[in-house]
Parts: sequence; structure tokens; C-alpha cells
Amino acid sequence: MLAAAVLNGLMYGAIYALVALGLTLIYGVLHIINFAHGAMLMLALYSAFFLFELLNIDPYVAILIVTPASFILGYVLYRWGIGKLSKGRDQNILLITLGLSIIIENSALFFFTGDQQTVNLSYSYDALDLGFVFLSYPKIISFFASLLICALLWALMSLTDLGKAIRAVAKERQGARLVGIDVEHIFAVTFGIGIACLGAAGCMLLPIFYVDPYTGNIFVVIAFTIVVLGGMGSIIGALLGGFVIGITESVGGLFLGESLGQIGISLIFIIILIFKPTGLFGSKV
Amino acid sequence: MTLLGKLKLPKAANGISAGRKSIIFLLVAAVVTLFAPTFITNKFYLDVLTLIFFTAYIGQSWNILGGYAGQFSFGGVMFFGTGAYASTILLTTFGIPPIIGIFAAVAAGAILGLIVGYMSFRAGLRGSYFALITLAFAELLRVLANSVEFTGGGVGLFLTYAPSLKNLQFDTPTGFYYFSLILLAISIAVAIWLERSRFGAQLAAIRENEDAAEALGIDTLRCKIYAIMIMGAMGGAAGTFYAQKYLYLDPPIAYSIALSVEMLLVTIVGGMGTVFGPLIGAFVLHMVNEITRNFIDTPGLSMIVYGVILIFIISYLPNGLMGLFRKRQDVLGGSLETTKNELESKDA
Amino acid sequence: MLDVRGVTKRFGGLVAVSSVDLSVSQGEIVSLIGPNGAGKTTLFAIIAGFLKPDEGEITLNNNSISGLKPHKICKMGMVRTFQITQPFAGLNTLENIMVGAYANTSDQFIARRTAERVAEMVGMTSQLYKPADGLTVAARKRLELARALATNPDLLLLDEVMAGLNPTEIDEVVHVIKEICSSGVTIFLIEHVMKAVINLSDRTYVLNDGKLIAKGTPRSVASDPGVIEAYLGHGAAKTMMGGD
Repeated sequence: MLAAAVLNGLMYGAIYALVALGLTLIYGVLHIINFAHGAMLMLALYSAFFLFELLNIDPYVAILIVTPASFILGYVLYRWGIGKLSKGRDQNILLITLGLSIIIENSALFFFTGDQQTVNLSYSYDALDLGFVFLSYPKIISFFASLLICALLWALMSLTDLGKAIRAVAKERQGARLVGIDVEHIFAVTFGIGIACLGAAGCMLLPIFYVDPYTGNIFVVIAFTIVVLGGMGSIIGALLGGFVIGITESVGGLFLGESLGQIGISLIFIIILIFKPTGLFGSKV
Repeated sequence: MTLLGKLKLPKAANGISAGRKSIIFLLVAAVVTLFAPTFITNKFYLDVLTLIFFTAYIGQSWNILGGYAGQFSFGGVMFFGTGAYASTILLTTFGIPPIIGIFAAVAAGAILGLIVGYMSFRAGLRGSYFALITLAFAELLRVLANSVEFTGGGVGLFLTYAPSLKNLQFDTPTGFYYFSLILLAISIAVAIWLERSRFGAQLAAIRENEDAAEALGIDTLRCKIYAIMIMGAMGGAAGTFYAQKYLYLDPPIAYSIALSVEMLLVTIVGGMGTVFGPLIGAFVLHMVNEITRNFIDTPGLSMIVYGVILIFIISYLPNGLMGLFRKRQDVLGGSLETTKNELESKDA
Repeated sequence: MLDVRGVTKRFGGLVAVSSVDLSVSQGEIVSLIGPNGAGKTTLFAIIAGFLKPDEGEITLNNNSISGLKPHKICKMGMVRTFQITQPFAGLNTLENIMVGAYANTSDQFIARRTAERVAEMVGMTSQLYKPADGLTVAARKRLELARALATNPDLLLLDEVMAGLNPTEIDEVVHVIKEICSSGVTIFLIEHVMKAVINLSDRTYVLNDGKLIAKGTPRSVASDPGVIEAYLGHGAAKTMMGGD
């Protein structure tokens, strides 16, 4: 039972990692905490849902549509929204992203109603029999797809010029400006990438979870916990943190039951913030 | 003998000279609100006012920590819920009447504030991190309330309908109207006191520049903890009010994120760090609610409008609606304005 | 009054302050000079309680203050100003100074009167109701000074209070500092403006690379070869002494 829980946790953990990756990237480069992260994941989930319901597009295929669309949304949102309105003040950004999350969440409520929606794929119930546990195919696909995207992201950051520019801006904003990097553009690109991660994650999450206007909230605390655990701004931290949290949630649920298991996450979050706010790998608070 | 020892410091003036305009305004407002129930025959509107006063009250609690001290909490509902549970459990399990229970709620809120404040501020959490951790605490409490026996778990707690003063229950809207009015009056008094006191100046200093405040002898940790305890105490009483009015309590109600958002929203819209900001914000937001509800009555629309208003205010009117009435945030109170006039007339 | 013994501070591998001994006696004006990056502000931060020393002891009037929080040290009579001014931006000048005044009273009217008197002393009476974030650099420096003064300190730590001022403004500030000292406040200041240092200080300490390399009267220190080298580079002393 324990092994099954661990494996299950690992599966979800990969997707959590992807969600957290977007968040930590946005923090690492823009130094803002995106409170709307959960709400935007929810948007991605709904997008995948409607693409399936209305156009019969398999969620995993939908990744190819939702991800770029999310990137564009993120870019535009930052460039002509958040970036402009906040005038750079920390306090403002905090509240603006909060406002954004309220708008998104309630728009979903308004347009889609509060009903929970799920998708049933033809292979939703097919599973791999490993002897001690059944792993449904969607979970397996999601797991590997997440890892793939994380790898792609790593490649982007380390091997491309864009990645170099992003890392430069993250390290030294003024210096980057001085060597001619369009910092505002990089900010918007990074935000876009962060939201694109959500786009992909949403597609992968839909088959193994559900969506309603409040799904975002559930993942907000999880995502923040991972980022804080792994360290704000650390990609490796987000990855490892994702797995740790996924497993914790799964094992916690096993031993403490569904609702108390959720406490584990909030508790970890609080404990880390208080005792080691820099996380396991990250930079200063 | 130091510099200031040489100066002849005056004796403290007796009493507090508030701006004359403010006193008149307050008196008129007090009279109007006190006698409102005799003029307002339609009890529905009385109920509306009650709700507005309640929202303004809980908004003011957020204002103390957020507007005056500059520490934004996203989990303010935790004091409300904990207070509500405190007085309700005392009632349903031990038969202690709410008129006493409300003090337990206040104490519970203050103690929770002490715990959360000490842990968070001692760890040096500020800005977004502080906001996040308050959110986490509220979530934690919600899950706990859901899983534990004595809070009634997911089923919640039911209160019996038994109107009486000692039960803080009233069979007419008028009763609750005055209940909420008293709470509101207390919150306004607290804010006015804050603006004229040294504590208020210390909070303002912490808000503007914590390191500088520390350098000038302000125990920033202690002050912030006091502020959050006040917020907690006020929130606790709000919880009892709610429980006695609606006679039902469960975790999603007690620890709803919506209330955390509402208390910060009314304050920001009305004007952070002002005495009447939360009240103005509560009025405005309620009207927005009514208007949107008349337009299309689907859940979610008014919150969408709230979100838009929040973003708009932060971007273009950071001092809220009160900011339209004042040139800038007059933190240390109306008395400063008065003496400025005195000073100027002396020179004339 | 102030005794600093063997104070050392490391940041990772970097030794910012190394075994510094110095003292300031009541009624003196003592200055701390040295090239940029010498560790002067770090030393101030340690003395005022913003940083904990890795080694060493600091006592104020024979009471140990090492490791105490800044607000406690302020209550014991020592206040610092910041090199980069830290005004309470949303408040006006009067309110800013009042915050300092509140260190000694809880009465709003006493605090206000105190603030007004202090403002008069540093020459800011005409700017009392200006918002702090609208002040010029020179005014902000003065505000920083006024605020610290309002706490009624025994010892005032001034960090580059003349930086960014023009010669007239410097003369004014020098005058104000002399007045402050004559009313009984001891002053310990970091400064780059040599004219002010020589004009004001009874004694000077010179810090370079975290170490004290000279101490004494401003004139003796100015002709110390080690000091000249620190500022002008290796061999400079010889060049200047030997003439060439």
C-alpha cells in the first residue's frame, strides 16, 4: 500500500512540479509572487475540457494548442497589464495578481457554473498492472509528458540565447539593461513561459482530476509550498519539491485520511516559511 | 545635559483637540445612525445596513494591520472563524451564553493573532510571504475544523433559535442593526485612537520603513504583534455576531477565502489607513453588488466586478476613495491639520 | 562612552571588519574615514545593532550592547542615521521627526512640540508639512539628522550625512553638528568630505579593508603614510614624501 501511495504521489508530483516550475520561474526572474497562478491553472483545465467536449480533441493533444495560447496570454497579461499597472511596486503586484485571480475564478463561476467537470477518455480506465498497484494510463502519460516538458524547459534555459537572457535578467536587472537586453520584454516572456507551464499542466491534469472554478485554490497552496520548499527561483528545487509534496500528499492521505492529509501541505508550508524561508535550494527571502 | 534637556518642553495639553469638522461629522453620523430604525420602516433596508456595518467592522480589523501597519494579510478570516467557533462551542457544549461567549471569541482571536503574529513576524516574514503564510494558516484551520469532532466536523454546528439579549439573538432586524452598529462604533473608536496615539505613529513608521523605525527605538516585532492581536480580537467578535445572526456554522463558512478578500477589498477601495475607509468601501461594494445583481443574477458576477475594482483602485487610486478627499494620507490625525491652521494664523 | 573591542565580521569568505578597537568619549566628535568599501558602514551597522559581530564586544556606558536589537540600543541612548536616507515616505517632515520624538514620550503634543523645536534647530521649519518623499537630497539628510536628534540621544552615529551636498550646504551642516555637540550630544561620524572631517573632529580613525590603520587627530592622520597609501595606492606615500 505504501509503495502504491509513493508511486501515485510521484505521478502527481511530476505535474505539481510543472505547476511550481512556472511559479518559481516567475518569481526568480520578476521577483513577484503570482497569486493568480492557481486561477490560471484552472483556466487551462477548462480550456482542455472544452477542447475535448466541443471539438473532441484529446487533452494530451490539446497540449499543443493550450500551451502556446497560454504563453501568449501570459505575455500579453504581463506586458500590457500587470507590468504597466503595478508600476513595479511589490505591494501593488501582490494585490493586482490577487484581483486577477478573483476575476478569473469568478468568471469561471459565472460562465461555467460551479459544477465539477471531468473528462472520460477511451483509455481513462485502462491501467498498467504492476502487481502491487494499478497505474492508469493517463497517469503514466501525464508523468512522462511532465518530465519531458521540464526537460525542454531546462534546455531552453541553459542552451538557448533566450534562456541566457532570462538568466541574466534574473541575476542582475540593471546590468542586463546595460548590455542591451529588453528587460520588459524578457519579463513578459518569462511570465508567458510560466503560464505556458500551466497550460501544459492543465491538459495533463484534466484526465486524472476534475475541474471547477475552485480547482485553482487547491493547487495554489500546493504550488506555493513546493516553491517555498525547493527555494524560490530554483528549477531543480521545484522539480524535487514537486515530487516530495506529491508523495507527502499521497502518503499523508494514506495514513491520515483525505482531509487531514491536506493539513500536511499547509503545515509543511508554514514550517518552511518560518524556519528556512530560503528553501532547500533557493535564494534569499 | 543633552540637547532636548535644554529645551523647555511644554506640559501636555489637556484633552484632545480634534479637527472641529470631524467632530461635527461624527456627531451627526452618530445621531443619524442611532435613530435610523425609527425612520426606516422597511426592515429589509435595516438588514442591508446591518450587513454593511458588519463588513465595515471586519474591514476595519484588516485596516489596523494592513492599512496602518502595512502588513497585508490574506487570511483574515481565520480570526472570524475561530471566534465564531469559540463562542458557539461554548454555547452548544457548555451552555455558556453568547453574551459572555463573545468575550471568549475576542480572546480566542487575540490569542490566535499572537501565535500567528509571533511565528510569522519573528521569522521576519514580510510582504508577499506574510500574505501567503496567513493564507496557509487560514487553510490549515479550515481543514482542522473539518476533521475534528468538537467543531462538528464537516456537518457544522447548529444554534437554537432563542432570541434574547443574553443570547445575543434578536427577533427583529433592529436588534442586529444595533449590535452591528455598536461593533462599528467600537472599530471607528479604535481607529481614531490609533491615529492620535504614539502606537499609531509607530505603526505608520513600521509601514513606511521598518528598518528606520527600528533604528528610532520602535520595537517593531512587538508593535506588529499588538496590531495583529487587535485585528484578531476584532475578528473574533465578528464571528460571534455572524453565528448568532445566521445560527449555523461550518468550516467553509467559518474560514472562507471570500471573507478574507472582502475585508481587504472594502478597506483598499475605501482607503487604507483611514478611519472611514472601510465604511465607505463597504457602502460602495454593497451598492456594486446590488446593481450587478439587478443586472444579471448569476453567482460570480459581483465578485468579478470586485476584482476589476480592486485592480483599478490599486493602479489609479492607491489611496482609495478617501484619497479623493485628502491631498495625501494624513496619518497622524486631524489634529495635525488643526494646529497647522493655528500655526499659520499665528504667523499672519 | 562607546567602547568597541576586537569586533570582527565575516560574510562567507569575506572579512568585512577585522579586529577593530575604538572608543568614543563623552562630548567628543570622532570621525571614521577610509576608502570606499573599507567596511565603515558595516561597522556602524554592527555597533547600532543591525548586524551581529562574529567576534568582539561593544559596550555603551559600560553596558554591553553587542547583539542587542537596534531599538533597544536606541533606548539606551545611541542612534544612527543611514547612508542612504530612509525617510518615512508617506509622512510629512513633522510626522517623520515626531516618530523620533515618540521614543521618549507617549504624548502627542509633547512629541509634536519636540519635533518642531528639533526642526528649528536643523533649519527645517519651513518644510514641516512637506511630504518626505518630496524633499531634496540635502533636505532628506537633514531630516535623517533631525529624526535621530528627536530621540534625545547621548551618542549620535552619523553615516555620510554630507554626501551629495554642495559646499554651502556642507558648511550649514557642519555648523548644525557643532551646535548639537555643544548641547551635549556626543557624535561619531563616517565621512568622506575631508573639510568637514578636519573642521569637526577631535579624533579620527581610519579604516581600510576592514582593519584600523591609523588613529589620532585629523592632521596627524592625514599625513600618515599608511593612510595616504590606502587612498592613493601603493607607493603613493613614498612619491609624495620624496617629492619628484
